[in-house]
Amino acid sequence: MINIEVNGREIEAEKGEMLLAVLRRAGVEIPTLCNIEGLTPTGACRLCVVEIDGMNGLVPSCAYPVAGGMKVQTHSNRAVQARKTIVELLLADHPDDCLYCVRNKNCELQDLAENLGVRQRRYKGARNRKHQDVSSPAIERDPEKCILCGKCVRVCEEIQGVAAIDFSGRGSKTHIATAFDEGMNVSSCIYCGQCIKVCPTGALREQSSVKRVMDAINDPDVVVVAQHAPAISVTIGEAFNMEAGADVSGALTTALRRMKFDRVFDTSFSADLTIMEEGSELVSRITNGGKLPMMTSCSPGWIKYVEQFFPDFIGNLSTCKSPQQMMGAVIKTYFAKREGIDPSKIFSVAIMPCTAKKFEAARPEMANNGNPDIDAVLTTRELIRMIEMRGIDLKDLDPDTADTPFGERSTAGKLFGASGGVMEAAIRSAHYLVTGGEMDELDVQNVRGMEGIKETSVKIGDLELKVAVVNGVGNASKLLKEVREGRKDLHFIEVMTCQGGCVNGGGQPIDTNLDNVRARLKGLYKLDKDSAVRTSHSNESIERLYDEFLGEPLGEKSHHLLHTTYTERDVVK
Amino acid sequence: MSVAVDLILDKRTGAGRDALIPILQEVQDAEGFLSKESVAQIGKKLDLPSSKIFGVATFYNQFRFKPLGKNHIQICRGTACHVKGSASIMERLERELGIGADETTGDGVFSLEVVACIGACGLAPVISINGEFYANLESEDVPKILEEYRNKEDVK
Repeated sequence: MINIEVNGREIEAEKGEMLLAVLRRAGVEIPTLCNIEGLTPTGACRLCVVEIDGMNGLVPSCAYPVAGGMKVQTHSNRAVQARKTIVELLLADHPDDCLYCVRNKNCELQDLAENLGVRQRRYKGARNRKHQDVSSPAIERDPEKCILCGKCVRVCEEIQGVAAIDFSGRGSKTHIATAFDEGMNVSSCIYCGQCIKVCPTGALREQSSVKRVMDAINDPDVVVVAQHAPAISVTIGEAFNMEAGADVSGALTTALRRMKFDRVFDTSFSADLTIMEEGSELVSRITNGGKLPMMTSCSPGWIKYVEQFFPDFIGNLSTCKSPQQMMGAVIKTYFAKREGIDPSKIFSVAIMPCTAKKFEAARPEMANNGNPDIDAVLTTRELIRMIEMRGIDLKDLDPDTADTPFGERSTAGKLFGASGGVMEAAIRSAHYLVTGGEMDELDVQNVRGMEGIKETSVKIGDLELKVAVVNGVGNASKLLKEVREGRKDLHFIEVMTCQGGCVNGGGQPIDTNLDNVRARLKGLYKLDKDSAVRTSHSNESIERLYDEFLGEPLGEKSHHLLHTTYTERDVVK
Repeated sequence: MSVAVDLILDKRTGAGRDALIPILQEVQDAEGFLSKESVAQIGKKLDLPSSKIFGVATFYNQFRFKPLGKNHIQICRGTACHVKGSASIMERLERELGIGADETTGDGVFSLEVVACIGACGLAPVISINGEFYANLESEDVPKILEEYRNKEDVK
């Protein structure tokens, strides 16, 4: 431990720590635009500059290690003026269309300009005229709003291991580009949306489906059906000043009804359905000598990742559609028939913590007789905007229950929102499918948590089931290479594209605070702990769906509606 | 997959990302430009994503991503040529060819490159086509010269 003096106050620090980390821990507010917690600092934006006694120039605190006896001024006139000038320079070629920007009131650049008291345009630079890239079904880029902080580039490469974008050009022509400056649709982008979450401005955003959903709601001939993913109900409360991680699925259902969705279903129900199919597929692969290790297929970013980077593993992917798509498929068949609705009059909306789900819904395989399983995907952010637009405050709403026949869920299905959750749910049901009995202890602690790769084994009857959970697609290549090089002990691998799982998905509120992600995870596990129905196979609505419609898991109807295929993808990589 | 690129890469067993720029230069010398395929091939060898290679290559003026035309025009925009009116030559070339700097015409007959000084200040303003110099130009000369090359094309 060493002591440094900050603004006349003594502060303790660990030797070798970066000054910024020490300052923030001590509660000193230092703005940054390029810093990403956990990654090596680049010192690019210079907003974190501070004055250190005895040094001539200002020092970027993010990349400056503390030393004993250091005397630091964080908000001296010189430091504050420097920050203000930096922001003014960033604004010199900015479009200034805040009123029309998706990040209005939620923009780091806007906040900084406000906090530093920028009230006039001191520098005027030539506008950096560049086309928007709206080629992908999930993510849009607006280079004119880009301030070149580089966070998207770093997240894409260093966290997700994709590297679809990088800095291109030089000097005033520098911009963020895919390889050969082509559209995102032909790039290696997996649409995870983690870049959107770190973008300080409106340069990156989801392709919005709000208008299409509103139009469908306003069309009297159309039955608009909503489903919401497991992660949504433990997240959305945050936007309405409720505690992070609190489950508000009841109020969410009420809100969706007020917004005139005709039916509200819970994707956790179809997560249970996925478990029935995927669990049966796993058991079948193990007993019939199928391709192992089987890999989960719920996370569409991961699927695209395999299709383009590791096509030799396509046969290892579970053929199960994701819960979103399974729900879509049974809504337009079983539900439509049951209610006597023409499937072509149903507009099926999936509310997801994910941008890649937009891409998944648009995949041509995800349709039945030319009618797409899902018509529109809304991210958590888009839903929040829609709720606010209707003047609804979730906090004020009485909870309601979701609609039959897809409103009931087990908390195993709910765990799909967490890294390790699909695995835990699958293990619970695989045990039942193989032995006919329940596990003594349903919690599978070893697959929970934020570690990059989690491995464990579970005794199921005579079988020692060996599983691995990959938390964040950036950690997948290591394990895949091991398997490619001959590792044979694993039966089942879960991969979620985003770290922590869907609760930290690319469609979630813009907020880099990992504490909220942890609170959401805690919320899911608490729900499960307190629940009476904790396994997918004990969900009675699932049983009814098989009895009345599907027959049996992996049966002919399931094969047709609930399973899919994957294809090698030729992208610029 | 280009054999030429393979040969260049084979020469460099164990090359790492620090060899990227010399490899790009060699590949461009051999192929005339950096194609998507060559970039992917290089990326595979060096374990670098195409986006990164593109980022590095676009940082430097020397790399191009489109093939040169059959007739490569270099126009000097150095000081002497500038003083002697190379701006109007450039403007005329762009108008006649319908392309800008560092571009190639749709039929692949011409490409246009701006160079800072071609080292022939006494001949200013000067352009060079396939290494042949055209000196003391006026913008009215441009169509005639281009026509010459187009005619050669027709004879073939």
